Amino acid sequence: MSPEVSTVLPSPLKVGLSRTGIEVKEFFREREQLIFTFFFPIIFLGIFSAVFSGTDFSGGVTAATYFTPGMIASGIFLTSFQSLAIAIAIERDQDVLKRLRGTPMSPQSYFIGKIGMVLVTSVLQFALLLTIAGLLLGVAVPTSPEKWLNFLWIFVLGTASGSVLGIAFSVVPKSGRAASAVVTPVVLLLQFISGVYFVYSSLPAWMRTVSEFFPLKWLAQGMRSVFLPDGYQVNEPGGSWQLGTGAMVLTAWLLVGLFLAQRLFRWTRRDAG
Amino acid sequence: MENDDAVRVRGLVKRYPDKVAVDGVDLDIHRGEVFALLGPNGAGKTTTTEILEGYRRADEGEVSVLGTDPARGDRYWRARLGIVAQTTRDEAVLSVTEMIRHFAGYYPNPRDPDEVIAAVGLEEKRRTRVRNLSGGQRRRLDVALGVIGNPELLFLDEPTTGFDPEARRQFWTLIEELRTEGTTILLTTHYLDEAEHLADRVGVIADGRMVEVATPDTLGGRGARTARVSWLTPDGPREIRTDRPTAEVARLMAEYGGSEVPELQVRRPSLEDIYLELIGVASAAPEPEGALA
Repeated sequence: MSPEVSTVLPSPLKVGLSRTGIEVKEFFREREQLIFTFFFPIIFLGIFSAVFSGTDFSGGVTAATYFTPGMIASGIFLTSFQSLAIAIAIERDQDVLKRLRGTPMSPQSYFIGKIGMVLVTSVLQFALLLTIAGLLLGVAVPTSPEKWLNFLWIFVLGTASGSVLGIAFSVVPKSGRAASAVVTPVVLLLQFISGVYFVYSSLPAWMRTVSEFFPLKWLAQGMRSVFLPDGYQVNEPGGSWQLGTGAMVLTAWLLVGLFLAQRLFRWTRRDAG
Repeated sequence: MENDDAVRVRGLVKRYPDKVAVDGVDLDIHRGEVFALLGPNGAGKTTTTEILEGYRRADEGEVSVLGTDPARGDRYWRARLGIVAQTTRDEAVLSVTEMIRHFAGYYPNPRDPDEVIAAVGLEEKRRTRVRNLSGGQRRRLDVALGVIGNPELLFLDEPTTGFDPEARRQFWTLIEELRTEGTTILLTTHYLDEAEHLADRVGVIADGRMVEVATPDTLGGRGARTARVSWLTPDGPREIRTDRPTAEVARLMAEYGGSEVPELQVRRPSLEDIYLELIGVASAAPEPEGALA
């Protein structure tokens, strides 16, 4: 190469932000992702608010108010865990990752792109959920800074742990075609046992015990602490929002996910030797 | 100082649990040359190429690509390579332009995306999403992404599979332009005419071993290009190999008293015949057409 030619590589951050742009674009162009990841909780909030509109949730809480925090938690889990687990499994199967590995793109840039996509889509989804809940369904949006501070750390811990777990879980589907079929039921099951679709305290005790090992239950309970009146926590099985325990469980999953993602992530298919 | 050759391989061995895929391959690719690697499926072409690209680790042997061991290749090293892998099934919902522009952003000195799109003949499809491209168009996109970084060394693994003859010609022109600009190219292909047309040298690999390395017109040695004269005798087809086919035909004319010699053929083995002989395919020996079922 002639000496005047630049050999300075674009910085990983710059490439990572460019990847975020591409990833977000792809997310919103992919119909399946858009419906089952982005609009799913919004659709269900609408359905549940209508179906249970006559049900008494005690303490002046409407169905829409009760289900809003669960759908927000569920949305966070979908846009992080489900979205990444499916998308990365497909990218690996289609040799998209292999092609990227053959370029000077830094692995950091790839993950900046993924995390950027999760942040953008989950914030947009949350904003849309909140707008619909607040404007159409008459849900009272919290005003105290303390509640929003809690929201912030729960949101960040939730998206972060969901993301690293999704990156790790992407190695489970054997093919890109199987990705949705393998990932979606896992998420659905977690949603059922974590009290996203039901009143959590009405679930059988053993089911609640199982759910306590997984992050979504704590994410949902944390969101209830933000969006339901404080007096409502007496209805929680433990009689409180258990934010401290929630923070610990989510942090533990974040660390486990980080470890697993680093160990399991690969750029090529399993059969590629 | 860097080695003068773009690629230097000595005693390369790669074993898989069930077989030895590469069994002691030596290979030198000079800077600026187009080198074609030929061989049947499973001969070790792709494994060798993927070791050079840094995707797989060698079990034994010495490998140097642009002066670097691919197993230790960093981003700066990758920026000097272009890789067009064998199969891609990218179902991206990005358009051709979006994809190529994005990849250009990975490199220190990318080519102009619009020029690359034109060079691979995708101008009409620039706004089409990758998912909706035909097989041949997708392959052109692969090539575009392989050359966008302005590579010193370009790997092309069966680049024209699925191309129609016209697309193949266009592709050849593109490769010739890259060669003119000084790009070193390692091409693996199933098409002998492609290797003959593009390659400065070809290497034939079979059962994980390099059988021969030569220019396309000297492959197989001197004897390989001996003319074959064949005809049909009352006892069945006959064929002789001779350096003087004209004399042989004259002799036959005399023998048949000037009447037609049944199914007379004079032919020189094509690169394909020589190749098939090298990799040990028995049917390489030319036979009169009448003898074929």
